[in-house]
Amino acid sequence: MALKASALKVGDTHSERVVENLSRTQIVQYAGASGDYNPLHSDEVYTTQAAGYPSVFAHGMLTMGLTGKMLTNYVGDGTLTKFGVRFTNQVWPGDTLDSTATVTALREEGGQHYVDLTLSTKNQDGKEVVAGSATARIDP
Amino acid sequence: MAKITFPVEASHIMMFARAIGDTNPVYHDAAAAKDTGIIAPPSFPQAVAQFDPDYHLRPKAGQKWFGSAKGPSGIEGKPTSSGGLHAEQHYEYHRHLKPGDVLTVETKPGKTWERESKRAGKLTFRERITEYRDQNGELVVTARGVGVTTERPVDQG
Repeated sequence: MALKASALKVGDTHSERVVENLSRTQIVQYAGASGDYNPLHSDEVYTTQAAGYPSVFAHGMLTMGLTGKMLTNYVGDGTLTKFGVRFTNQVWPGDTLDSTATVTALREEGGQHYVDLTLSTKNQDGKEVVAGSATARIDP
Repeated sequence: MAKITFPVEASHIMMFARAIGDTNPVYHDAAAAKDTGIIAPPSFPQAVAQFDPDYHLRPKAGQKWFGSAKGPSGIEGKPTSSGGLHAEQHYEYHRHLKPGDVLTVETKPGKTWERESKRAGKLTFRERITEYRDQNGELVVTARGVGVTTERPVDQG
């Protein structure tokens, strides 16, 4: 089910809580699924004693995946044509993240309607951890 | 860089969707996914790392691993700086990945640039462009990733 251009306007937003109290185990689960076993994400001893960080932290791509969950819930399955993010701050165990998509443009190209969106995911302190943009096909 | 063969499998998609906490049945239940069939979540192309025989962030039999074991790092004398972090990731989808696809994946280096940062010293950015082609040779996903190497760990202040 896709969004309808006729029901959207620039400035519309959609927000979701994409994770609450992020666990180290979920970060490990992401390592296993994605294949990225960088110890910075799962090995507290290495990360604090060898790498100099206060704790392990989430893969940027886990935060992109969490942001993508909000995005596909909003635009529908299999409709994305573009999805891009910048990782602006690290995400730590215990973080709670809220993601928001904001409509920036509604376009038509060759008879196909599209929505352009900006994306922002923020932690419990209001600090942005992901800033991005996306485009999806929509119905007229 | 060598081309990687990436078989897209239903169980892998299911595990990936679980890891990002996404319960959408389109990622695991063919009956519920009537409109599209099972597809992969939009950030799934990154899981090609599983199929890269030389991927440096996976422990390999018989090789030293830089994570902790007896000591805080399995490689002595390694600089304490963390090495690379992920700065940006962008995807363009020509169609969505589905179980049964057998992708051929090729990565080429893009631009390189530097910037000074108060929080982490000199930053070196490296871009990588990755093309995912399906079993018919059609381009299905184009990815642009940017990695950053920091001079020191990122200050959390």
